Amino acid sequence: MAESPKFTVVGVSERKVDGRALVTGKPVFAGDVELPGMLHVALLTSPVAHARIRSIDTAAAEAHPGVACVLTHHNTPAMRYTTAGQGAPEPSPYDTRMFDTKVRFVGDRVAAVAADTLSAAREAAALIAIDFEELTPVLSIDAALATGAPVIHDEDDCLDVWDAPHNVVSVIGAKVGDVAAGLAESAVTAETTIETQYAQHAPLEPHVVLSHLDPDGRLVILASTQVPFHVRRIVARLLDLPIHRVRVIKPRLGGGFGVKQEVLLEDVAALVTLRTGRPARLEYTREQEFVSARTRHPMRIRVRLGAGADGMLQAIGMDAISNTGAYGAHGLTVLSNTGSKTLPLYNKAPHLAFDGRVVYTTLPVAGAYRGYGGTQGSFALETAMDDLAERLGIDPVELRLRNHIRTGETSPIFEELGEGRKGTPQVITSCALEECLRRGAERFGWAERRARTPGAGALRRGVGMSAHMQGSGIALVDMASATISMNDDGSFTLFTGSTDLGTGSDTVLAQIAAEVLGVGVEAIVVVAADTDLTPFDTGAYASSTTYVSGKAVELAAMRVRDQILAVAGRILESDPTGLGIVEGHIEGPQRSVSLADIGKRSYYGPDPAQIAATASFVPESSPPPFMAAFAEVEVDVETGLIRVTDFLAAVDCGTPINPIMTEGQVEGAIANGIGYALTEEMQFTVRGRNRNPDLARYKIPGAVDLPPMTVMLIDSYEPTGPMGAKSVAEIGINGPLPAIANAVYHAVGIRLTRPPFTPEKVWRRLREAGV
Amino acid sequence: MKIALTVDGVRREAEIDPGECVMDLLRRLGSTSVKNGCDRGDCGSCAVLLDGRAVNACLVFAAQVDGSEIRTVASLESPAGLHPLQFTALDAGAVQCGFCTPGMLMTALDLLANQPDPTEAEVRRALAGSYCRCTGYTKPVAAILTAATLLREARHG
Repeated sequence: MAESPKFTVVGVSERKVDGRALVTGKPVFAGDVELPGMLHVALLTSPVAHARIRSIDTAAAEAHPGVACVLTHHNTPAMRYTTAGQGAPEPSPYDTRMFDTKVRFVGDRVAAVAADTLSAAREAAALIAIDFEELTPVLSIDAALATGAPVIHDEDDCLDVWDAPHNVVSVIGAKVGDVAAGLAESAVTAETTIETQYAQHAPLEPHVVLSHLDPDGRLVILASTQVPFHVRRIVARLLDLPIHRVRVIKPRLGGGFGVKQEVLLEDVAALVTLRTGRPARLEYTREQEFVSARTRHPMRIRVRLGAGADGMLQAIGMDAISNTGAYGAHGLTVLSNTGSKTLPLYNKAPHLAFDGRVVYTTLPVAGAYRGYGGTQGSFALETAMDDLAERLGIDPVELRLRNHIRTGETSPIFEELGEGRKGTPQVITSCALEECLRRGAERFGWAERRARTPGAGALRRGVGMSAHMQGSGIALVDMASATISMNDDGSFTLFTGSTDLGTGSDTVLAQIAAEVLGVGVEAIVVVAADTDLTPFDTGAYASSTTYVSGKAVELAAMRVRDQILAVAGRILESDPTGLGIVEGHIEGPQRSVSLADIGKRSYYGPDPAQIAATASFVPESSPPPFMAAFAEVEVDVETGLIRVTDFLAAVDCGTPINPIMTEGQVEGAIANGIGYALTEEMQFTVRGRNRNPDLARYKIPGAVDLPPMTVMLIDSYEPTGPMGAKSVAEIGINGPLPAIANAVYHAVGIRLTRPPFTPEKVWRRLREAGV
Repeated sequence: MKIALTVDGVRREAEIDPGECVMDLLRRLGSTSVKNGCDRGDCGSCAVLLDGRAVNACLVFAAQVDGSEIRTVASLESPAGLHPLQFTALDAGAVQCGFCTPGMLMTALDLLANQPDPTEAEVRRALAGSYCRCTGYTKPVAAILTAATLLREARHG
């Protein structure tokens, strides 16, 4: 491991740069803005899971008082696109229309009504008469793949669908060696099949968009989005505008977790504005957020493992089928990550295979969700590893220690599996997973707790663990850029296209700039995520901001520093290469000069010239953060209730730029993961209607539902990252599901494979097992 | 109908719709710190103090608050600076996206007014109706406990 340099601003838990506005309740979210003459838009969505629209009559709606505009498939662009919100060329199929002649899930868009008030818009939407020709719904992976299954995308103009007549969106394969032979030669094998549920991101702020025309007639979209530049490109194409006639601004965002990568409302609000010339607001209700927004891909995954008697893995085979719902957004890439974010973890195995298929159903659309397929994949892999450890008679921590990837090593999977295409060869340049496992186990008291008997009463205790990797951005795909300019008081303005979705990334980027420029974080003004003002950034997804955007900021700051030192060298009559900025001053041999002096001089002379620089960064690799997760559970064998009583995560994310915010990322992800493991599930009727589209019946964890959580940030330094940092946003969510399932096995001897592990399910399994 | 109420110390009169809830009324009057996260009392993002007690503003009819006094998070800051609940939230990393923060802070204010020395379990129970999807609650709970200590110390000099 490289020696970590000493930092002054980086590594400090600075307050969030936007924190004061947030705790004082300032109007900083898109939904807080009201414009004169603003229209409110209501969406009419499909009440049926699968149907053709025979006719649609909007006359009554259009005549309703206050209505300005009604949109349906009759008067909107027919071109197909994807809502996925990815870079170009987009890896998701073009299988979606703004408003289609067919509906493919309950909640699919049918029409939009814009009116003076929201109630008028809703009343008018209810007056739209639709004649549906109902088709057979397709409500499971098996139903989608059955012989003679209804064809969900039978249109002839969708693009990049692998086999639409059989409801198969994509197929993915990667093969190294011969898994069958490897398994046959193995002394011990283990196999598991898991099936995960429909889950929702549930950000507290539902999607919201406000569009209007600026005085020059350009379209301005204020959006709760993770990807302002992709929104601009996608909306411009859909609405046939030149990209430069669209401006997208992301204000403060009330949580995203992937669901705000999707472009779900921007096109509708924008079209209303273009048609009427008036500002338009469109906001999902909480029910629409559940039903019409995006979800986590449910998957069925089989993992087969083979190892020698020494515990060294010989073969890992993973077969996965992913349900993308009605549209293929993120279908291919999420499933690629199911393999690519798990299989390289155990790179000692010579035989590896990944086989995946993505299928359509007439259920809500899946999309990007924190963990991005790695969550589902690591549940399968890490529960299989637990089983293998038991069969080998080796402690689960020890089995991971013998097999996990190390610094300087690689895995052929990095090259075989990319983002829906071949990946990029990559050597691991930092890995402290061994320390995560050893120190995490020690702090958790793993050996002692593992040796304890679960007890024989109603409450049985057990402990389980799992190991994880994720990534930091997408190698050779992501691009981030940053501009830094100096002000005349010696402060700086950082212009970044990156998107802080509430994680605190604007603060992290300010800290990186401040560190390089020798100032405090208060001397950095952050201007972010405005396509008119800030340079391009692919956006906030794939754990990219700290690593990719952070590196762009570091490079831009270094260029600005060089310009400052050149000026300082002239003033101080000294060679700039020997100079540095410390606490806002540059010390020369005889005297010093302040940044304020240099800033003022850069504006007003002598020799005035703006000090500013722009830098871009395209990562050549995606250095994984690593994590060891440990859970203790208490299982009530009389009721089936699982209570998580302790959770520890030891994380290697390189340098934590802001340690408290880094811990917060992991804690929040663990909380979300515990919900995914124990309570969160979108339930459907036999007609495909979501039965629990609210936060009372879709149970996310509350403050009383969570165990004490310990997050250990393990010393590590990533040489390719900004100040040694990797990213950390996603990895935490992968831990709870397998660690809890493994702990339950330790407590009561049943292997849970179908989350969420509700009391009823667990009780039934306990009865079957005779516990 | 017309009602009169006090919002953050300022007397306001408003023409209201019969079915309108306090959350919509407050947002319409400019108190946009009152957040609409679910519109049905599940999430707690719209919590305000109504005559001193924390309520979900989406569950109270505007017609019910004629003559009442409402406090939102915008009233917490004083000329002396941020309220301890506000700066401990910032220092502890209790704020991520900040959407749930106004409601959570008002719920905590109610708790500390009635129980100045709460246990961690009491803080967690008080926050049971305040959902946060970002933090996992560890840091918000710690921040409120620190604020409670600071407020007690300030009271006792």
